[in-house]
Amino acid sequence: MNMTDTNSSSTAAASAPGRRQGEVILDLQNISLRFGGVKALTDISFNIREHEVRAIIGPNGAGKSSMLNVINGVYHPQEGRIMFRGEERKKMEPHVAAQQGIARTFQNIALFKGMSVLDNIMTGRNLRMKCNIFQQALWLGPALREEIAHREKVEEIVDFLEIQHIRKTPVGALPYGLQKRVDLGRALAMEPQILLLDEPMAGMNVEEKQDMCRFILDISDQFGTTIVLIEHDMGVVMDISDRVVVLDYGKKIGDGTPHEVRNNQDVINAYLGSGH
Amino acid sequence: MDTRTSASDHRQGEVVLDTFPRYLMHHAQHRPQQPAMREKAYGIWQTYTWAQVAENVRAIACGLAQLGFKRGDRLAVVGDNRPRLYWSVAACQCLGGIPVMMYQDAVAQEMAYVLQDAEIRFAVVEDQEQVDKMLEILPDAPMLEHVIYDDPRGMRHYTQTLLMGLDELQEMGRIHDRNQPDFLDGEMDKGASDDISIMLYTSGTTGKPKGVCQTHGAFIAAARGAIQFDKLTDKEDILSYLPMAWVGDHLFSFAQATVAGFTINCPESGETVMNDLREIGPTYYFAPPRVFENLLTQVMIRMEDAGSLKRKIFHHFMDVARRCGADILDGKPVSGGDRFQYWLGNLLVYGPLKNVLGMSRIRVAYTAGAAIGPDLFRFYRSIGINLKQLYGQTETCAYVCLQPDGQIKLDSVGKPAPFVEVKLADNGEILVKGPMLLKAYYKRPDATAESINAEGYFMTGDAGFFDEDGHLKIIDRAKDVGKMADGTMFAPNYIENKLKFFQHVKEAVTFGNGKAFVTAFINIDLEAVGNWAEKRGLAYSGYTDLAQQDAVYGLLRECVEKVNADLAADPNMSGSQIKYFLILHKELDADDGELTRTRKVRRNFIAEKYGVLIDALFEGKKSQYIETQVKYEDGRTGKVSAELRIEEAKTFAPQAGKQAA
Repeated sequence: MNMTDTNSSSTAAASAPGRRQGEVILDLQNISLRFGGVKALTDISFNIREHEVRAIIGPNGAGKSSMLNVINGVYHPQEGRIMFRGEERKKMEPHVAAQQGIARTFQNIALFKGMSVLDNIMTGRNLRMKCNIFQQALWLGPALREEIAHREKVEEIVDFLEIQHIRKTPVGALPYGLQKRVDLGRALAMEPQILLLDEPMAGMNVEEKQDMCRFILDISDQFGTTIVLIEHDMGVVMDISDRVVVLDYGKKIGDGTPHEVRNNQDVINAYLGSGH
Repeated sequence: MDTRTSASDHRQGEVVLDTFPRYLMHHAQHRPQQPAMREKAYGIWQTYTWAQVAENVRAIACGLAQLGFKRGDRLAVVGDNRPRLYWSVAACQCLGGIPVMMYQDAVAQEMAYVLQDAEIRFAVVEDQEQVDKMLEILPDAPMLEHVIYDDPRGMRHYTQTLLMGLDELQEMGRIHDRNQPDFLDGEMDKGASDDISIMLYTSGTTGKPKGVCQTHGAFIAAARGAIQFDKLTDKEDILSYLPMAWVGDHLFSFAQATVAGFTINCPESGETVMNDLREIGPTYYFAPPRVFENLLTQVMIRMEDAGSLKRKIFHHFMDVARRCGADILDGKPVSGGDRFQYWLGNLLVYGPLKNVLGMSRIRVAYTAGAAIGPDLFRFYRSIGINLKQLYGQTETCAYVCLQPDGQIKLDSVGKPAPFVEVKLADNGEILVKGPMLLKAYYKRPDATAESINAEGYFMTGDAGFFDEDGHLKIIDRAKDVGKMADGTMFAPNYIENKLKFFQHVKEAVTFGNGKAFVTAFINIDLEAVGNWAEKRGLAYSGYTDLAQQDAVYGLLRECVEKVNADLAADPNMSGSQIKYFLILHKELDADDGELTRTRKVRRNFIAEKYGVLIDALFEGKKSQYIETQVKYEDGRTGKVSAELRIEEAKTFAPQAGKQAA
């Protein structure tokens, strides 16, 4: 699939080889995850480099979301090591992962439906608020100044995602595609180092997908954020990611550039079925 | 201090200068700290004072000069209404250059034509989207040397050497200005009233667009006339949201604003205009009829969803307003009871409604560009908004006739404006003379000669007449006015406008020249008809599906028959009632060349493209199959096909005397 005409040039620039990939930021070594007798992930190793767009693909039930949950600390693998910036990561809770700069969006949008877009994005700033609850409740000087600073940051995100017109609209009243965008905004508000996107384009129409592609590339470009995404739309994956890891039945069957993965026989078999 | 007032007279504080840069410098000196522009950025209105605007314009001008911009060079300006684009226009004028305004939603090929025609070397564009278009047409426009962009977002990886950010340009300009502080003042001193201040391309209902060259003198005269006429001051606030390439925006947001010193407010984005309107609460407002129509449609749709008590209150007081609102606005005598009711209505309905529309502070509002429906016009006037009509073309700085306060007629465009002389040719064509006439069409002496006659009158191409009070009434385009087979007059626009005044009809095209009866294509308004269908539980998958439903045809037949009844009452028009009509399977679209960028119907193009349908209409067929190519917004093309139904509408016997009273 080819991307839109309007952003083809930025796409071309984005997939230019060797431009973005930095040091390994997260290294997953021999990860195995079991739920009772069910093996969700078996002996998977791959790494994520700084500033790259890393895609995880695979058929339904391949273990993609489990992998994402391992990365942000919701699941704890029974075997294997996770190295974060060269240090082995201990067993940890999701909020610790969040503090380390790992943000995510959800397959099923997880926003506060009754709250405005601004307030929802503001929740993403929660971890960065320094004032304690009393200062905030009494609206003391530092709390006021802090709120203004955070609001400024939120406005930058509103501007970046081009959602000025729905700033004050309750999220529940928005169409799906825009809700997804707000979800992304909330994750961005954390100023994450690693952004995990769980099917950011599921259920979108072509135009919404193209918009989302552009935002993902712009995030990578402008903020240098490392992005890990799960996506079903092959066209999108091949267009915007630098490297792709392919899972099938909890095992890794391919890893490499979109081109390499596309020509990998195991991957072709997994997707198209082997001719038996 | 700049006191050059060569072609000038000082009248009760009015400062008359002869070029726009002089006005700008005048404001910067006399009211440096007053707000000149506001722009909403990051959710907050940022204000630029006249001094800041002048400083920024200087920087841009000097930057352009540094890049090699010479007197008489053309500068293309493309984008939404952004302060820095307005400044670029002013900067270009300071250097004695000619800004060429281009529609931001034009596709690349249309832009290529203008770039070639005006031999453009410099362009200031808004953002990445416009830069991409410029790069796409670069092979067709080899003269293009510099493309300067306002918004750097997404531009990081562009390596083309002809690109430059506006920030860099301004920085360069500031250095240039420090090194040669007299340079720009010298350039501004060379400016004269007769210099071309702007080039606006006509929308081109026929043939290729033509560049209309207007002088400083013309636009200043048009602006001064309007300012005197409506007693506008430097206290006015206006919202600039119409395309900068449209003569209306240039007159209101640039010419009038620069002459009188208004504050211009630029909305955050196209989608936030309604919100921004409410926040700014302009005192002076200009919009084409469709904007007023959309606002009203939205209000009505929301009222239908309101509770029954609210609906009753709304309809009761709207009846009151209809009865006496316009008279109260015009200062005519109204009974005490009605006055009380209106006062109450203002408290409960009109006031809050105006507030929601962002029109609480409006002193004067204008509409132009197309005919406005009588119901629509009356609605706004009845709730106390001083909405008036004006008449003009790109060639006349959109300044020919204005409706005076207190003398508003629904179907006229008012009296000739100050400095303007209007007369009618023998065939009814409206001829205009005055200081606001175009200097020439760019590089088209033939077209210039064709449009200005020997006595110096501009031939507008519109047909009209003066009524008993000296108000001008427009019927149609002179060339569109045809004759039916029986010799009676056929004025297609006149009929189409009547159709379009129904909220369910978005666009209409009628045919009948030289025929025995009239037929029509109709485009339904997807929002209004969609809402109507929803209320009735009609399922539909999209425009094409909805358009072909029986119930929708029934709804539209009612509209057509009402128009027919109306036409039957007019002795001149009773012969042109619509006999057959069909609802088109796709919306007419400027991208497909069916409408101009200002959404006017391109009659001949449509007649050619849909020839099969027209034949079927006149043959009285029951239905006709059609396949059409469409262009999507991203430039791809696709096909839409449908079997279109043709319906017959009731026509009425002429009844001249009956309904006239």
